[in-house]
Amino acid sequence: MNYGVVSQEQLEKIDEILTEKLIKIGVDCVIIIDMAGNIITAKDNGTSKYDVYSFAALAAGNFATVDAMAKLVGEQEFSLLFHKGSECNIHFSKIDDELLLITMFGKSISLGFLRLNVVETIERIKKIWSRN
Amino acid sequence: MSFINLREKIVQVKIVYYGPGRGGKTTNLEYINRKFSRQIQSEMVSLKTHGDRTLFFDFLPFNMGQIKGYELKIQLYTVPGQVKYNATRKLVLKGVDGIVFVADAQEQMREKNIRSLNQLHENLTSYKESIFRIPLVLQYNKVDLRNQGIPILPTSVLDKDLNSKLKVPTFEASALTGYNVPETLKKIISSTVISIQRKLM
Repeated sequence: MNYGVVSQEQLEKIDEILTEKLIKIGVDCVIIIDMAGNIITAKDNGTSKYDVYSFAALAAGNFATVDAMAKLVGEQEFSLLFHKGSECNIHFSKIDDELLLITMFGKSISLGFLRLNVVETIERIKKIWSRN
Repeated sequence: MSFINLREKIVQVKIVYYGPGRGGKTTNLEYINRKFSRQIQSEMVSLKTHGDRTLFFDFLPFNMGQIKGYELKIQLYTVPGQVKYNATRKLVLKGVDGIVFVADAQEQMREKNIRSLNQLHENLTSYKESIFRIPLVLQYNKVDLRNQGIPILPTSVLDKDLNSKLKVPTFEASALTGYNVPETLKKIISSTVISIQRKLM
């Protein structure tokens, strides 16, 4: 299997993008994981503390399950995966075949606004990754 | 796929406990969770059915301290053992770095062990990985039942059934009492770390 190594420079750039595009608009916590459940990077707003390692394992499992269900009904993938709670919401988005971006956010942000920012974040992260 | 974070100097390693249903995979993790609670910072996550059978996986993150300045984070997973859950078993195997195969040493489980090991081979092949290359340890669990008069397969038979081609380290164990549970874990961690080092160099 391939071993994922990300340079310090790449990680710093990715963290910058996450802070600028997501944390600054009011997202509580954002995590990038691989499909095996490893954390690539995690950023939070300083007040929310989650157990990100367990979260990553469950999120990877959850995404893989939904992906498998999509294939069963003849879909390539379900591109929007979103869980809505009364105080906290979770949004999942695929960066590429190996990486997943997860954002946790409260009532102050609308889903539409978040999605716009997520799309832009992913485009910028992909550019960094392609230089790997 | 282990993940190496060069900035924070963290290496994440995924180890999966695989084997037939009711073989003791979850019990292995529960023992580790109790015994090494100082090295475990978060709760063990178990996705199970109402009947206490593993539905998707158990997850236990485990800190191993530092190796050459890198912090080693071991992620322990189990798969659901029941035959019908192979789709989810396969999902859990994605990106695996090392495997503990927990065989049930009871005589009546002989065939189920062999079937489960064969399926592991198939599942790994679907990820272009090979059972002969991946770090693997066999654990012959439930040997404590011998004292209760339950027929247990001798190690020589289990070796012949499961390990004649693989030739990997094996441990007789009792996940319930913890006999050889830490030894199994230590062995798979060291094999996996050596294998990762070799691939990176």
